[in-house]
Amino acid sequence: MSILEVKDLKKSFGKTEVLKGVSFTLEEGEVLSIIGSSGSGKTTILRCINQLETADSGYINVAGNVFFDEKIKKESAAEKRKRQLLVGLVFQDFHLFPQYNVLDNVTLAAKLLAKEREDYKHNKKQIIAEIEEKAKVLLGKVGLLEKISNYPCELSGGQKQRVSIARALIMEPKVLFFDEPTSALDPELTGEILKVIKGLAEENVTMVIVTHEMSFAKAVSSKVIFMDDGVIEESGTPEEVFDNPKSERTKAFISKFED
Amino acid sequence: MFEREILETVIPRLADGFVVTLEIFFLTLLISLPAGLLLSFGSMSKFKPLKYVVKTLVAVIRGTPLVLQLIVIFYGPGLLATWAQGIEISNFFIEWMSSWHVMDRFVAVIVSFSLNYACYFSEIYRGGIESISKGQYEACQVLGMTKTQAFFKVVLMQVVKRILPPMSNEIITLVKDTSLARVISIYELIWAGEVFIKLNGLLWPLLATGIFYLAFNGLLTVIFGKIEKKLDYYKT
Ligand SMILES: Nc1ncnc2c1ncn2[C@@H]1O[C@H](COP(=O)(O)OP(=O)(O)O)[C@@H](O)[C@H]1O
Ligand SMILES: [Mg+2]
Repeated sequence: MSILEVKDLKKSFGKTEVLKGVSFTLEEGEVLSIIGSSGSGKTTILRCINQLETADSGYINVAGNVFFDEKIKKESAAEKRKRQLLVGLVFQDFHLFPQYNVLDNVTLAAKLLAKEREDYKHNKKQIIAEIEEKAKVLLGKVGLLEKISNYPCELSGGQKQRVSIARALIMEPKVLFFDEPTSALDPELTGEILKVIKGLAEENVTMVIVTHEMSFAKAVSSKVIFMDDGVIEESGTPEEVFDNPKSERTKAFISKFED
Repeated sequence: MFEREILETVIPRLADGFVVTLEIFFLTLLISLPAGLLLSFGSMSKFKPLKYVVKTLVAVIRGTPLVLQLIVIFYGPGLLATWAQGIEISNFFIEWMSSWHVMDRFVAVIVSFSLNYACYFSEIYRGGIESISKGQYEACQVLGMTKTQAFFKVVLMQVVKRILPPMSNEIITLVKDTSLARVISIYELIWAGEVFIKLNGLLWPLLATGIFYLAFNGLLTVIFGKIEKKLDYYKT
């Protein structure tokens, strides 16, 4: 069974239909890249799956859990939150918590969640130590161990984005989503982020990445989707989409990125 | 000119007045700081009737003088009772209203000051809360925090930092506003000083009250400055 299944997803904002029926699946350990021009609905797909927007119709399933089904209307905040932990989202502009240092940014949500554990009262010290240890491992992985006590305002854009990746990873999502993780960065800083994501791909982290970095997408993805005006215009392996695009629109879009 | 005995009577009287001033100040803060937060939630509520009731209340309170509110709240219940007693028709509510009394002076002061300042604070809170980017809430949601956790663990501290300067202004204004309580004959600091003009023809005790206000506001300014400095360790 696919770890991510999206079927005929539709979403309108007012009168504009932003997603006009989007379907795709992703297997565990795969990396999906979503490319397409600005306004084609890429962010909206991620926001619908991550429960930041509610789709109008269609079906979303993550790791065997129904995230959205037009037939199911009412549900509790607790159910929604339980599902939320199965997915992770890295934003284009980080959204780090400015008043917390790097370590606390990474551990905050995990510590709050741990309070709900039955053994929390007895093993409080140990649980917190474990979370901090885990955060340090992740921060080491993204190369930020020395910045552990710095505040977000003291970091470069690339460093902020790496913190936000560690912050998402600590919750161990089944699927990790990236919405243009390098678009808010100076060009010389994109490399460090792409390197981190490549490292995650090598560890078989299941990821969906919206990106304009074509050579990166080609190198890292198992699957590529080209979005155009609210529909999937073309999808396939990176070789199929980048080297032998069938659609004229795909060809036109990709040729813009070749120098 | 001023003899020892006079000094010995003036100082304790001023101190008595100052204690009442401090009581008004702290009780008002104690009630209006949390009440203002509730009002700000009301004014941002998605439930339209609540939102408009709160917004109207805040507009009325902010648009009229505190002195007027003080007088209305002090005399209002008594006047309504007199009016209700003269009414022909009688139902439970009218009877209940007839039994109202003039409010206790001090209670009336605390009620009107708390209401007034809660409304001002609610607008400051609202501005602060609305200035936090949607991205902060979304980051919290995506990390699996509840709305309550997002508010208290992430948003609130940022709001506090933003609202501290306008809040300290408002709180310093409150120190001076306490003197308005004398319009319904509350014996506060100014009154305590003024007594000596009528009694002994002495002006300086009234002027000396200024020193109390200055010293207290000076202390508050230092404290707020310290807190602002403490929160200076990060930028948004
Ligand atoms: N909250 C919203 N309200 C109204 N329109 C929106 C909203 N979010 C996105 N849109 C519109 O939906 C379209 C697709 O947006 P988006 O999914 O962000 O595209 P992309 O990420 O591919 O650039 C755009 O035209 C955008 O203006
Ligand atoms: Mg986008």
